[in-house]
Amino acid sequence: MKRFAGLFWSLLFLAVPILGVITFAVAPAYDIWLPKDVSEHGAAVDGLFYFILWLTGAVFIVTEVALFWFIWKYDANNKKAEVQYRHGNHALEVVWTIIPAAVLLFLAIYQMNTWADVKMRRPNMAPTVEVIGRQFEWRLRYPGRDGVLGTPDDLHLVNDLHLPIDEDILIQLKSMDVLHSFFLPNVRIKQDAVPGMKIPVWFKAREEGVFDIVCAELCGWGHYKMKGRVTFESRERFEEWLEIKYQEQEATQESGTKT
Amino acid sequence: MSTADTKPTSVQDSPQKHEAIVHAQPSTASKVSTFLSTYVFSKDHKVIGLQFLFSTLLWFLIGGLLALAVRWQVAWPWSDVPVVGKLFAQQGGQMAPEFYTMLFTMHATVMIFLVIIPILAGAFGNFLIPLMIGADDMAFPTLNMLSYWFMWPAFIAFGASFFVEGGAASSGWTSYPTLSTNVNSSPGAGWGQTLWLIGLTFVGVSSMLGSVNYMTTIILMRAPGMTMFRLPMTIWSMFITAILQAFALPVLTAAGFMQLADRSLGTGFFTPEGNIVNNAVATAGGGQPLLWQHLFWFYSHPAVYIMILPAMGMVSDILTCFARKPLFGYRPMVYSVAGIAGLGFIVWGHHMFMSGMNPALGVTFMVSTMMIALPSAVKTFNWLGTIWGGKIQFTTSMLFALSFVSMFIIGGLSGIFMAATPVDIFIHDTYFIVAHFHYVLFAGTAMGVWAAIYFWFPKMFGRTMNEFWGKVHFFLTFIFLNGTFFTMHILGAVGFPRRLADAYHYETFHHLQPLNAFMTYCAMGMVATQIIFAVNFFWSMFYGPIAGRNPWNSNTLEWTAPSPPGHGNFDFQPIVHRGPYEYSVPGIESDHLMQTDPPNSAATAAAAAAH
Repeated sequence: MKRFAGLFWSLLFLAVPILGVITFAVAPAYDIWLPKDVSEHGAAVDGLFYFILWLTGAVFIVTEVALFWFIWKYDANNKKAEVQYRHGNHALEVVWTIIPAAVLLFLAIYQMNTWADVKMRRPNMAPTVEVIGRQFEWRLRYPGRDGVLGTPDDLHLVNDLHLPIDEDILIQLKSMDVLHSFFLPNVRIKQDAVPGMKIPVWFKAREEGVFDIVCAELCGWGHYKMKGRVTFESRERFEEWLEIKYQEQEATQESGTKT
Repeated sequence: MSTADTKPTSVQDSPQKHEAIVHAQPSTASKVSTFLSTYVFSKDHKVIGLQFLFSTLLWFLIGGLLALAVRWQVAWPWSDVPVVGKLFAQQGGQMAPEFYTMLFTMHATVMIFLVIIPILAGAFGNFLIPLMIGADDMAFPTLNMLSYWFMWPAFIAFGASFFVEGGAASSGWTSYPTLSTNVNSSPGAGWGQTLWLIGLTFVGVSSMLGSVNYMTTIILMRAPGMTMFRLPMTIWSMFITAILQAFALPVLTAAGFMQLADRSLGTGFFTPEGNIVNNAVATAGGGQPLLWQHLFWFYSHPAVYIMILPAMGMVSDILTCFARKPLFGYRPMVYSVAGIAGLGFIVWGHHMFMSGMNPALGVTFMVSTMMIALPSAVKTFNWLGTIWGGKIQFTTSMLFALSFVSMFIIGGLSGIFMAATPVDIFIHDTYFIVAHFHYVLFAGTAMGVWAAIYFWFPKMFGRTMNEFWGKVHFFLTFIFLNGTFFTMHILGAVGFPRRLADAYHYETFHHLQPLNAFMTYCAMGMVATQIIFAVNFFWSMFYGPIAGRNPWNSNTLEWTAPSPPGHGNFDFQPIVHRGPYEYSVPGIESDHLMQTDPPNSAATAAAAAAH
C-alpha cells in the first residue's frame, strides 16, 4: 500500500495542470469566454490578455509538472538514494531572480501603450453624452440641438444609450449618489463613476448591435439590477433616433406645461 | 518596560533558577481564580494562542456558512433557501437583495479580520514565537493577554450587527464611501456600518498589541546562540508580518475614525459637496470618496501579505521537515519575505486602476505590482528546490503544505492579469479577481493553516491527529476547493461581475447559471468536508496517540520542549548551535540534527562542504 501512496498523491497534483488546461481549453466551446468585442481598442486589450494567458499558462504547466515530478520521484518509500544535502545554489538563485524580473518588467512596459490609448490619450472633443450613475439606473444626457451640455435643450433619457459607430465617442461620467462602475463588456470599457468627479471615457465602436451596460461597483441593495443597454448604429440612424427622442421630450414638456 | 528588562535575562539564567520560575505558578488562590488565570485571563502565550485558535476556528465556521448562503443565491437566485431559509423570514424563505449584499460583506469581513489575520498572527504567532526562539514567554505577557481580549469587543460588535435594525454592514468589506458613509444609501449603512467600524478598530488594536509584542520578543528574547539567521522561516515571516502590521495599521485606524466622524459627527472627509443619496438632503461635504480608497488600501494591501507571509513561513518549515532536506536558499527566502514587505507598501494603487485615480499613477503602480511578483516567484522556486532530491514523507501536514505550493502558483500567476492595467479594465471586479484572492487566501493560506494545525497539534495537545482521516480531509478539500474556485477564472473571462445578487438577466451572463450551480455544489462539499476535520480535531485532542516531544523528528526548538509544554516552556535552557534545517547531514547516524544538539565535528565539516 505504502508503495502506491506516493504515486496516488503525485497523480493528484498532476491533475491540477491537466484539468486546469482542459478547463481553459473547453470553456470557449461553451461560450464561457471573452464576450464578443465590437470596439476598436478591444483587440489590443484581448491580445494582452492572451499574451499573459500563454505566458502564465506555460509557467503554470512547467512548475506544476515539476512539482508532480519531484513528489513522484522523491517519495521516501520508493527512493533508495541518499538525500542530497544542500542549502541552495547561488547561481540558480541569480538565474531565477533575473529572468522573471526581466520578464515582469517587460510585461509592465509592454502594457503601457494600450493603457495610455484607453485611459490617457483623450480625444480633443466635446462630450458626446453625459452618463450619470444613480441608485439604480443610468441617467443619460445628450447635448441637444445646440451641441452643448448643460443647456435647457439637453435630451434626458434613462438606461437606453444610443451611440454612432466608427467615430470617437467621449462620455462624461458622473455619479449622483454613491460609487458605480460603467462597464461595457463588449467594448472592453470599465470606469468607476465617483460622486464629485467628472471622468472622461472614450472609445470607438466598430459594429452595430445592442449590448449590456453593467454596473460593476457595489452601489447598494439594487446593484444587481442597475442594467442599461447600449445600441451602436450608423450616424444616420443615430441622428434619426435622437430626433425622435427629442420630439418625444418636447411633447411631454409641452403637455406638462399645459396641465 | 520592566518586563522587557527582566525577561531576557531570565532566559539566560541557570537551569535551576529557570525551573524555579516554571514551578513558581501553583498558588494558594481559590480554584475559581486559578481557573480564570490559567484558562481565561491567562498570560501564558500558549493558552492565548489556543484561545485565538479556538475563536478563529469558530468564526471560520460562521464565515464558511455565510459563504454557502452567498453561493446559494448566486447559483439559484430568489429560490427558497433550504433549512435556514425560514430564519431569514423574508418572503417565505427567499433571500432579499439587501440581505445578499450583507452576506458577502460579512463573509469577507469575518474571514479576513476574524479568521485569517488572527489565526496566523494570533494563534500560530503566539503559540510558536516563544517556543521556536527558545524563550519562556512573550516579552509583554499582559499586553499579550489584552491582544486576545481586545478581540472580544470586535466579536461582539460584528456578531451583534447581524441583529440590529437594517442588518449588518452591507457596503462590501472595503466599505467604500459614499455607500458606507451615507446612512440613506442602504439598509446596512445604519447601525450595522457603525458597529462594523467599531469592530474594525478593536481588531486593529488587538493586532497592534500583538505586533509590538512579537517584534520585541523576537529581537530581545532569543535563546543563546539563536542568531537572526538561525531563526526558522516561520519566525522570520512572523517578524516581518509584525513590522507590516505596526506600520500599516495606524493608517486604517485613522481612516476608520474619519469614516466614523463622517457618519456621526457630520464631517466630510469622504463625502463630496452636494451629494444626494436616495432623495435625502444634500450633504455639506467637501471631501473625496477616493481618499478612503487610498487610505484603506494603504493598509489593506500590506494586509494581503500579513495574510499570506506567516503561512509561507510555516509551509517552508513543514516542507523541509517532511522532505528531510535543508531549506533551499534560506537567505534568498528571508530576503524575498523582506522584499515583499517593502514593495507591499507601494502597490496599493493596483486596487484602484478603475477608480478614477489619475491613470498616469496606474502606470507606476503597474510596474511596482509586477515587481512584487518576483519575490513570490523566488520563493516558489526555492520550495521546489527544497523537495527536489529529498525523501518525501506523505503525512497529512506535508500534503497540505505541498498543496499550498501548488495552489499558490495558481494564485500568484492569476495576479499578473490584474496587475496589467489594460487587462484589468475587463476583469476588474469580475469573478477573475474572486478566483485570484480565493486561491491565495483559501487555497493558499487556509491550506497552510491546516498544514500547520496537523503539524503542531502534537505540541499543542500532546497527541497527534488521526492520519487516515486527515488525508481524507485533505483529499476532499483539495478536490472541492478546485471545483469551486478554478471555474471562477473562466467565469471572470466572461466578465461575470462579483457582488451581483442575480446576473442572469444580463444577455452577456444569462447562460452561466449551470456553471455557478456546479460551483455551489462543490462549495457545499467543501464545507461538509470540514466536519471530518472538526471530529478528528476534537477526538484527537482527547484520544489521539500520545505524541512525545518530537513526533516528526524535526529540528527546531519547540520540539525539545515537552508536549504540551508547561508554563515557562522549556525544562532546560536551550542553547542553539546551528540553523534550523540540518536534515540528512552526511556522516552522522540520525537524519536530523536539532538546533540544540551539541556541536558535531562531522556535521560541521559537512555543512562547510555544502556551502
